[in-house]
Amino acid sequence: MHDIYIEIFNKLGIPTVLAEITWPVIPFIFVAILLILVVIFLVLMERKVLAWLTVRKGPNRVGPFGFFQTIADAIKLLCKEDIMSKDTNKILFTLAPMIVFAPIMIIYGLMPFTEKFVAINLAAGLFLVFALSSITTVGIVLAGWASNNKYSLLGGMRSAAQAISYEIPLVIAVLSIAVLAGTLNLSDIVIAQAGGFSDGAFFSWNVFSWNIIPAFIGFVVFFICSIAEVNRIPFDLPEAESELVSGYNTEYSGMKFALFFLAEYAAMFIMSVLIVTLFLGGYLSPFSDYLSVTLFQNIIHNQNILYIFMHIEQGFWLIAKTYFVIFIIIWIRATLPRLRADQLMSFAWKFLLPLSLVNLTIVAVFKYFSTLMNG
Amino acid sequence: MALESTLNKEMIINVGPQHPSTHGVLRLVMTLEGEIIKDTKPVIGYLHRGLEKLAESRNYFQYLPMVDRVDYLSSFFCSAAFCYAVESIAGLKVPKRAEYIRLITMEFNRITSHLMWLTAFLLDLGATTPMFYAFREREDIVKLFEELTGQRMMYNFYTFGGVKKDLPEGWMTKAVDLCKSMPKMFDEYEAIITKNPIFMERTKGVGVLTQKMAADYAITGANIRGSGIDFDLRKTNPYSVYDEIDFKTHLAENGDSYDRYMVRIAEMRESVKIIEQALKQIPGGTPERLKVKSVNCGCKKEDCEFCGFDVQLVGKKLNAAVFKPPVGEVISMIEAPRGVITCYVVSDGTNKPYRVKWRTPSFSSVQLLPELIKGKNYSDLMPIFGSLDVVLPEVDR
Repeated sequence: MHDIYIEIFNKLGIPTVLAEITWPVIPFIFVAILLILVVIFLVLMERKVLAWLTVRKGPNRVGPFGFFQTIADAIKLLCKEDIMSKDTNKILFTLAPMIVFAPIMIIYGLMPFTEKFVAINLAAGLFLVFALSSITTVGIVLAGWASNNKYSLLGGMRSAAQAISYEIPLVIAVLSIAVLAGTLNLSDIVIAQAGGFSDGAFFSWNVFSWNIIPAFIGFVVFFICSIAEVNRIPFDLPEAESELVSGYNTEYSGMKFALFFLAEYAAMFIMSVLIVTLFLGGYLSPFSDYLSVTLFQNIIHNQNILYIFMHIEQGFWLIAKTYFVIFIIIWIRATLPRLRADQLMSFAWKFLLPLSLVNLTIVAVFKYFSTLMNG
Repeated sequence: MALESTLNKEMIINVGPQHPSTHGVLRLVMTLEGEIIKDTKPVIGYLHRGLEKLAESRNYFQYLPMVDRVDYLSSFFCSAAFCYAVESIAGLKVPKRAEYIRLITMEFNRITSHLMWLTAFLLDLGATTPMFYAFREREDIVKLFEELTGQRMMYNFYTFGGVKKDLPEGWMTKAVDLCKSMPKMFDEYEAIITKNPIFMERTKGVGVLTQKMAADYAITGANIRGSGIDFDLRKTNPYSVYDEIDFKTHLAENGDSYDRYMVRIAEMRESVKIIEQALKQIPGGTPERLKVKSVNCGCKKEDCEFCGFDVQLVGKKLNAAVFKPPVGEVISMIEAPRGVITCYVVSDGTNKPYRVKWRTPSFSSVQLLPELIKGKNYSDLMPIFGSLDVVLPEVDR
């Protein structure tokens, strides 16, 4: 994305120096706006889908189909009083929502939304994603401890206990992807999933070379763990509202609460993008070629326009797959009750961890033979 | 630094009186070590309205609307307990049609109460969807109640010697239709709950109520039937017209939260069957038919099928101000959704009761709670407490 950014500046006649200085800032503002838009849509989608699953109508008063309901809620949260109870640790109490929110924001910059739309294309991108997403747990523990509320404390502690148990199977499941792709760069992982399994009209579809096929067990493990990672039902122990009132965010109000809220939904979106990137071919079209390119190449001969079409389609495929994954997460929320903390831990240690190791073995064998066959 | 150090120390936590899942205003003072519950003290009385004392300054008819407030989720049962007590002191005979109307409304009320329990229980476990499903059906029944009594809660429908109104026209058809559709709805809940692995994990083997413990704490209702004790007043001591109805009591073996859930689901299905039978057997048939026939007949004989005593609504019209039951005391017991609800009435021959005492099943269940959850994980509070089906106004009165 860096080159495109500088190229745009050059074409507009702005000096390259200025472009180099503003490089991380303006794209990140862009990413931030994207994030907020995504969350606003996501909250609405969740409420609508949940309403549909539970025989209700959902928000339908503010704007068409309740479209502006989330915006109204956001304005309400911004206008609310920022309450801080007497004996809270003021510094940590203020810091905690930021610690939860900031890493997720950075992960957005790492994601390959299309072939070129990657704000930071790092060689160790995958590693950094998990390093950053683990930081949010620290924020939650801090929030729980700094609130000086017993429910919050229990919520924070649960979050820490939970993180230790599910992050190991999560990372081992991801390891299998690193084995398959032979790289930790997220863009390269996506590109490695292109091509299908042989030449031919049908078998050259990209679907057949998605990582989900060799690493299906890994996909299941990763999916379960990522629900735990974003603290959603059935793993929403840190904020189990029927047990811990609201868990770690009980004492928060106003904008600080909004940051937690935003972070939760942003994390849900980013985890879905990650699932899609690692297992479902990322921005790749499921077919052998991009539909828009195939359709328009006889009509439009300008390569640049075709290129733009291709990018839009890549974005479309990514968003479509992501929202499909999100839909399943919401569906799970509507179906399952909450697990108990110790049950989650034994589930993660005794079931998911062995499963992820089995997956790693299968993938390693698969990789060995496929390289052998391809020479 | 005013933060309390909680390391290596027991933490005292106040659950309630305002907490999302204490079903009202129960307060539990809990001593936790980590997340393990060491000790629990239920603190009750936040909803005490003095319903027993209020009876002493009101005449019987004035007290009647208050009785519904003993347990707002199963008003008909409290009302019935009080009415049966007063009727047996005063020696009032209740016509059969009135008894059948009582039975139908009580069984419908049992379903609404169990549905309400189901929503609260599953909501405590973190499942939100069953709540909306259950409320959908509860709404249908509550609409029937509204049509019949004019109220959605606190019906104030029973009176001494019968009920206040006959069934409205068309009501029975609606009730029959509802009974037909209801089992399908229960199938729907069971599909999403009963075999749900997480639900089973959370509730199986959790909060085991042994038969001895149940006897020690005088637990009644679905809670002991879940432990395998076959005790149902509708069978053992049939009041109303339960002896004319063919029904089963459902038992389970283990006495854990899951079994209590299964028993309640089975009871709801059984209630539907009871209502279906009662709607067929009710003397006089549908109100439309009864009206036409009794006008045509007009014989006013005691044993007439269409205008005799058995098809009346109230055995005897009573004057509220001068209704004075003879001196005496009586206990009446009703198998309410939460267990046996007992009403003890002492009459001194005036138009006001000398003493009214309620013994309510939830009160016993709350006493049982500390013993059931001792040494358990804090998260187990919800499946155990929820499955006992405690309603706080009933505890506090």
